[in-house]
Amino acid sequence: MAGYLLRRLFHALLTLIGISLITFIILFALPGDPVNRVAGRMANDQQKALVREQLGLDRPLWEQYGRYVGKLATGDLGRSFMQRSEVSELVGARLPATLWLMLAAIVCELVIGLSIGAVAAFRRNTLLDQSVMVGAFVFVSAPQFLLGYTLLYVFAVWLGWFPIGGYGSLSQIVLPALTLGLLGGGWYARMMRSSVIEVLRQDFVRTARAKGLSRLRIVFVHIVPNAILPIIAMVGIDIGIFMSGIVVVESVFGWPGIGQLTWQAIQQLDIPIIMGVTLVSACAIVLGNLLADLAAPLIDPRIRLK
Amino acid sequence: MALQKPIGDILLDVRNLSVEFASPQGAVRVIDKLSFDLRAGETLCIAGESGSGKSVTALSLMGLLPKPGGRVAEGSAQFLGRDLLKLDEAAMSRLRGNEISMIFQEPMTSLNPVLSIGTQLTEGLVRHLGLSQADARARALQALDAVRMSEPQRRLKQYPHELSGGMRQRVMIAMAMAARPKILIADEPTTALDVTIQAQILELMATLQRETGTAIIMITHDMGVVAEIADRVVVMRKGEAVERGTTAEIFTHQQHPYTRALLAAVPTFSQGAAAPTAPDLTATAPLITVKDLIVRFDIKGGLLQRVQQRVHAVEKVSFELMPGETLALVGESGCGKSTTGKALMHLVPSIGDIRIEGEAALGQSWGRKSGAELKAIRRRVQMIFQDPLASLDPRMSVGDLVIEPLIIHNIGTPQQRREQAAELFRRVGLTPDQLARFPHEFSGGQRQRICIARALALGPKAIVADECVSALDVSIQAQILELMQELQDELGISYLFISHDMAVVERISHRVAVMSMGQIVETGPTRAVLGNPQHPYTRKLLAAVPIPDPARRHADDWQRNRQRIEGEVPSPFQSVDFTPTYVTYRDLGGGHLVAA
Repeated sequence: MAGYLLRRLFHALLTLIGISLITFIILFALPGDPVNRVAGRMANDQQKALVREQLGLDRPLWEQYGRYVGKLATGDLGRSFMQRSEVSELVGARLPATLWLMLAAIVCELVIGLSIGAVAAFRRNTLLDQSVMVGAFVFVSAPQFLLGYTLLYVFAVWLGWFPIGGYGSLSQIVLPALTLGLLGGGWYARMMRSSVIEVLRQDFVRTARAKGLSRLRIVFVHIVPNAILPIIAMVGIDIGIFMSGIVVVESVFGWPGIGQLTWQAIQQLDIPIIMGVTLVSACAIVLGNLLADLAAPLIDPRIRLK
Repeated sequence: MALQKPIGDILLDVRNLSVEFASPQGAVRVIDKLSFDLRAGETLCIAGESGSGKSVTALSLMGLLPKPGGRVAEGSAQFLGRDLLKLDEAAMSRLRGNEISMIFQEPMTSLNPVLSIGTQLTEGLVRHLGLSQADARARALQALDAVRMSEPQRRLKQYPHELSGGMRQRVMIAMAMAARPKILIADEPTTALDVTIQAQILELMATLQRETGTAIIMITHDMGVVAEIADRVVVMRKGEAVERGTTAEIFTHQQHPYTRALLAAVPTFSQGAAAPTAPDLTATAPLITVKDLIVRFDIKGGLLQRVQQRVHAVEKVSFELMPGETLALVGESGCGKSTTGKALMHLVPSIGDIRIEGEAALGQSWGRKSGAELKAIRRRVQMIFQDPLASLDPRMSVGDLVIEPLIIHNIGTPQQRREQAAELFRRVGLTPDQLARFPHEFSGGQRQRICIARALALGPKAIVADECVSALDVSIQAQILELMQELQDELGISYLFISHDMAVVERISHRVAVMSMGQIVETGPTRAVLGNPQHPYTRKLLAAVPIPDPARRHADDWQRNRQRIEGEVPSPFQSVDFTPTYVTYRDLGGGHLVAA
């Protein structure tokens, strides 16, 4: 077990180094010069050169990257160009909000997706199945901001059930989590449906019925654990897609998470923040995958480590 | 028959059972007015070929017909004063696994992979008998003990993937018998098992029946199994019972021509006496020479993906295949027979010396070959497989499938290729107008003919036939074997015939090589090896072959505890530091070699 974790951590390290390099190159290949933003519109060439030197942007790319990685090794994510404070502080202050939202949204999408998918599978080729699946398809294809504003309008403005935005109370997390949950839930519903249908065809389900077990036991003990096995691995991968959705949803609901921070940073070409957020997100994805891989053996004895 | 069982009153009385399945063309009747009865304590075999409706009969009695789709159209099945066909799902689920149990063909997939054996054994007992967890575990232990499972305590904590196929089928039987049902329905319970394991399971079922008095409905396509275990037999064909009677009557005084044809098609194992005479090949050079062939697979894992286990699939196998001869490779699953065939086709990496027509072109290291070298090999050696449907691309017409090898090897013009395909189709007993159709439009036997046509397209000198008739009904099996023999007579083609079925091997092969744990333990002319087996493994294998003659059933031996077949099929998985010990051969004369 320790050996396994060690290997996974080693892989994670390689992944992070790769991601940091690629992000670095992409950011510098982008049109637009961060110096223009930092120095301001009125700055002359001399002032710009000074800012460039201060930020270290006058050095060759490889040297900049080397310095960045060197500082990274000591846990230093650098300073923001615009906000003049440590990236680790900026990100750290906003991370809890995002993690809360993520947790709530993942619970939301799994509860919605798995239950709807399973019901559709058991009632497959009925009107219920078809309408639920059309609904799921709509949510899969809906843009995040559209669904976000719709929920906001209906439940906050019109019905007044939930606050319009903000952060701090349980009622404030419902709408952003539901937005992400419905979007992801549609996807999981489709996966769960085909997974359950696949399991229903298996011989061991016939055996369970031939043993005269109750319907509830057949569904929850024999079918569901087998059906969610392929989905566990997907949850780990899904966190990446999640991170991109969270950027949009956080700005729709004014949620003070790293999504908003990223949004601002991208508009201002604040490279240290973009780098920092990217690396933190990458860590989350790697961690998510690791957790998913550790969770799967809890259900599936075939992949348990000896 | 020495076997005396107390046969009681009628337990299950099935009258005019008719079952329909929905199809786009309307309801199709798959069982038509089937009637039979089952007495307490007896074994009734429902025998028939695929599509006869024998499995559907079992499912409809259990109320397990696929829904939507299947439905019982009419009939009754009286069991202890109740009509099984009229019971609702709630009442039926209280009967299933309690009064009537069922076991299935595929032990590998019939157990839930994520639940422990203990959970799967106890859940039915908790449900039907209202036992506490502790009592249910005690009862489950007894059940495992009854099916002669080693270390029953440990098995309860194990999961299905940790058990072999034979052990899983024992668990299935333990599960079915734990609640002491009055009726056990067994749907082809030994078809997926090796022949020695089949013998063990049949013996176990017979013994359990004597101990518990459970009536058994055994569904099988194998007349050998029928002869071994049945008291009475119902022969089904296309949803109807064509004949019924005691086992002795069915085997000696059949009334219906179908029963007669079915029995005639069953290859009877006769200790080598029925083997074809080997052609005189003393002056001929061998077509294929295999010397010291070794195939090993590494199983990697751990931190640095180090090799943790090694499969010693083939260990220094040597043989010669003469022109126009059939050499059978026989043995149980995991013995390396299929891997040997694949190595010959260069489908798996191997080391050793393989020469085709004396050409050492293939060299000492059989490792990597260029495309051209591979083509040269495969022009001369072709392969056919067990599952003809799975080996044909469903999106290509069968004509294109037969022509494809010619395109790959750049032989002929499009016009010539089409003509050759038509000719090949005629040759294998199909008609050229079928060339435009697709694989799913053919029957299993026809598909295997298509596979043979495809293998013949390049005019190979030898064909590796890997269990090529194992998935076919006996009547179809006989036709395919006949076709293969005709092709050999006409074209002088050689076969490396890989099979687990001794009766089929006896019928077609001139020579036999028996494999165990990756090595050949006995080889020689079919008559000599099957008639006068010397190696203990060969003897065990032959003793387990079911014989379609109720007068010679093994059950009598089992009862007297003679020739009891025990043990698991040996596994080729070994630790990394394992060094195989190689057998040396004793020559018994006439080419009959046996591992000393």
